[in-house]
Amino acid sequence: MDWQALALTLKLAAITTAILLCIAVPLAAWLTLGRSRWRVIAEALTGLPLVLPPTVLGFYLLVLLGPRTGLGRAITTMLGHPLAFSFEGLVVGSVIYSLPFAVQPIVAGFAAIDGSLIDAARLLGAGPIRLVRTVLVPLAGRSLLTAAILSFLHTLGEFGVVLMLGGDIPGATRTLSIVLFNQVEGFDYSAANHTAATLLLFCILALTLVYARPKNLLGGPLRTSPGKDHAGGRHD
Amino acid sequence: MIELQLKAARDSFHLNIECTLAAPWTVIFGPSGAGKSTLLRLIAGLDRLNKPDSGRISVHGQYVADTRTGLHIPPGKRSIGLVAQQSALFPHLNVAANVAYGIANRIANMDRDARQQRVSSMLELVGASHLADRSPRALSGGEAQRISLARALAPMPQLLLLDEPMSALDAEARDEVLTRLQTWLLEQKIQTVLVTHDAADALATAAEVAVLREGKLAALGPASIVLADERNRLLVRLNSDGAFTTIV
Repeated sequence: MDWQALALTLKLAAITTAILLCIAVPLAAWLTLGRSRWRVIAEALTGLPLVLPPTVLGFYLLVLLGPRTGLGRAITTMLGHPLAFSFEGLVVGSVIYSLPFAVQPIVAGFAAIDGSLIDAARLLGAGPIRLVRTVLVPLAGRSLLTAAILSFLHTLGEFGVVLMLGGDIPGATRTLSIVLFNQVEGFDYSAANHTAATLLLFCILALTLVYARPKNLLGGPLRTSPGKDHAGGRHD
Repeated sequence: MIELQLKAARDSFHLNIECTLAAPWTVIFGPSGAGKSTLLRLIAGLDRLNKPDSGRISVHGQYVADTRTGLHIPPGKRSIGLVAQQSALFPHLNVAANVAYGIANRIANMDRDARQQRVSSMLELVGASHLADRSPRALSGGEAQRISLARALAPMPQLLLLDEPMSALDAEARDEVLTRLQTWLLEQKIQTVLVTHDAADALATAAEVAVLREGKLAALGPASIVLADERNRLLVRLNSDGAFTTIV
């Protein structure tokens, strides 16, 4: 087992999931409750990685973040190295590639919340941030858990984007999927079996957690205050 | 005082209303599907006036919606409380936290003690002090409606809209809560608009009644005049035991 690759893969999946949840919650709230005409386009763009071949996405990211574009040159100047073929570049690619796996379960969770609760919160003066924090997120706990697990697993197993954008640099961009590919290519089927079995086991355990429907994320413990900011009378 | 000039098309009917509701307690009376709830949602700001709708709504001298200028003040900034048939309590918050929800949003710099005091007094007003620590899931329909009422009143809105808010209470409890509520709201100078399709409710509480039929204002005036026919029909149905049977 390539422990370095395993650690890098888990690190990549954890960071990607954390970033995705920060992006997906407000994006899903906007897609669910927003009135902008741009919502349809945003929804289509969000779902694009589901149908786009990972190599296509990886190729365009490689070009966009490389020295041929102004953005790529600016990032290189800022970081001191190009994003392509670096761990940070992999994070950017993974966030984009796994975006629909985070956004779509949360959109479904928010959309399932009774509209009268949202009306009540708006009438009681909740702005968009407070509405999301005190009503949508607590009532869509299971959707958030599903989004987190799917994002994590999807990042764990990604191959095309990693190969195109990151290459195969040990300790920097070599993930378990790349290791598995190398092992198969070198006819080391025993090692490949260990790597594949590790990924398979991880996925089964995580998906079992999704379908186990943990009760504390369904109803949640009863809260005695609408939100921490109530004590200080803060406003959104 | 609410001033309405509305021409709004909805799925099944056209709302066409031009009137001023100035009484401290007004009942909007009409059959199901007359547009009563739609009207309340427009006043509250939960529904927008969009093209091809036209009109404007003013609450206490301030325009809250105007299609000429595209004005639409969000519901939370209108100082309006709305209690609907569906109590819509937040299931993840206990009763006291539900009642407290709007206070911090609407009233700046209210300290914790004052807020708890306000929650207690609102629960007392609706006869639900003993339910403060309960989960909304553990409440009966009538109890949930009382809590919903307390939650709407807690931020002390300038205008209270009640959309058949006591439908889950039995007649005796409804009369008791409505009588206590009416007295308190008049004391606090909170204008109230109650929507009902029940003539007995309208006659029991109304100083002024607006009758709505098929999206249009059919009559507006004192209950004794506007609902005279309804009153007579109720009296005719008074049975030998002295109990009323509503036929509306």
